Amino acid sequence: MAPVLAASGLTKRYGRTLALRGVDLHLEAGELVGLLGPNGAGKSTLTKIACGLVRHDGGTIEVARPLGYLAELFRFPDWCTAEELLTLHQELTRSAGGAAERAELLELVGLADATRVRVGAMSKGMQQRLGIAQALVGGPRVLLLDEPTSALDPAGRRTVRALLEELRRREVAVLLNSHLLSEVELVCDRVVIVARGEVVAAGTPAELEQPSGVEVETAGGVRVIPNAGRQDVPAIVRDLVAAGEEVYGVQVRRSTLEDAYLEAVGAA
Amino acid sequence: MSPVGTIARFALRESLRRRVFTVVFILTVAFLGLYGLGVWQAFEATDEFAFETGPVEPEVVAGATLLGLACFGTLFLGAILAVFLTLGAVRGDAERGLLQPVLVRDVSRWSYLLARWAAAASVCALYVIVVFLAATVITWVAGGWWPDRVVQPALGLALGVALLAALSLAGSVVLSSAANGIAVFMAFGAGLTAGLLGQIGEALGSGTLDTVADVASWALPFEALYQSGLSALTADTIGFTRFAIDLGPFGGAEPGGALLWPWALVYLAAVGAAARWAFGRRDL
Repeated sequence: MAPVLAASGLTKRYGRTLALRGVDLHLEAGELVGLLGPNGAGKSTLTKIACGLVRHDGGTIEVARPLGYLAELFRFPDWCTAEELLTLHQELTRSAGGAAERAELLELVGLADATRVRVGAMSKGMQQRLGIAQALVGGPRVLLLDEPTSALDPAGRRTVRALLEELRRREVAVLLNSHLLSEVELVCDRVVIVARGEVVAAGTPAELEQPSGVEVETAGGVRVIPNAGRQDVPAIVRDLVAAGEEVYGVQVRRSTLEDAYLEAVGAA
Repeated sequence: MSPVGTIARFALRESLRRRVFTVVFILTVAFLGLYGLGVWQAFEATDEFAFETGPVEPEVVAGATLLGLACFGTLFLGAILAVFLTLGAVRGDAERGLLQPVLVRDVSRWSYLLARWAAAASVCALYVIVVFLAATVITWVAGGWWPDRVVQPALGLALGVALLAALSLAGSVVLSSAANGIAVFMAFGAGLTAGLLGQIGEALGSGTLDTVADVASWALPFEALYQSGLSALTADTIGFTRFAIDLGPFGGAEPGGALLWPWALVYLAAVGAAARWAFGRRDL
């Protein structure tokens, strides 16, 4: 299957600062990819290049259309209502969804009762949810979300997670740019970690979370055998039993996504 | 509807919803009321010394001068409208995060510029035409004087404010809202000042001042269009009355010539092309 977003060797320079240094990235239909990295790593630049808002200096990028985008720092005209904003974007995307599409999108983001509420009268969280609804107008094949849950409370974040699961079911590819590692770990199929303008790690959350020893609970307490993995467990248990120990529990320890992230970013 | 039409309609709706048009309407009614009062008083005074003016037709001199003043006021109000409708259209909106969600759609940057210009230019052009015609009718009702040409000055003012809207929109690509507003108003003021210098130069027979005014008129064609409109108000007036009008504050206006309108349209296209080029290179 052809990727819906394919970037190869992307470079971008702002004056003397090299923001991207040959980034490769691809997304398949229905894939949810988390884009992680410290501030200034180049994540937003990469997302904006994918949207066509920023020109790249080198490399190639192809993105399937239609696409949806929610910027980290976005704003909608405060005088218009949720209904009017979505209508504008329907016209710009030539969506034939009409009132049914608008109602469905507002329902999806939990704003079904806010159809006639002006943007200026909405809380930041409501505006962010409206922003997600706006990005979904016209049934995008690719959705680029830059910190989409930064202003949301835990309930709002859960709504967005459920929405992302629904989008995966609908074969929409999502690039999720977020600082919230736990959120990325929960929903993303793959994670790409960017630091100083280059990809420093990539893979599924499971691939990035490496084994970090085996924890054994015996009568003498809990002991950790470092550098051991799942394959070492039978031998460890056998040796302990042979030595007269009573084993109550064994657990293979894995590093978290946060550990993998910090290691990748620190090594950049 | 095309993206240009959609964005233009949205921009107009924004102006309507933010009560821009309400404020403009109220202030324009006040302006025309004040103008009407002034015209009525001026013609009353003219009637009192009409027997002393000999071959000069005082109502023509008074009417042309007053309507010239109305032309200046109309252009000024139209310029304010044009600048404030466009001064933050690109960089200002981009900095506030309003522009990006629109441009991510299948809307070319050129379409966006065209839409914003079309919305601002159509409103401003209609505005100056209506205000100029209203001032003309007021002048006729109060003093019984009708200008020699009406359509040409009205269209000249309309194209003038459309040019100002284009300049302001182009400026908004590279300048912040405040800097752009200041720059366009300074250019507007410089153009009008150069035009006045030209009129003084005409009266004094100064070739240097005439040259300055000519260069300014070509560099800022909205000024030349305004001057041409002023000149057309009394295009058929001759004799001592012509001489008396030429001595007035709006009397030395240059007609502009046959190349003025083509040049103004070329200028408009050039400003549009420059704005398109600059916007195309801008990272958002």
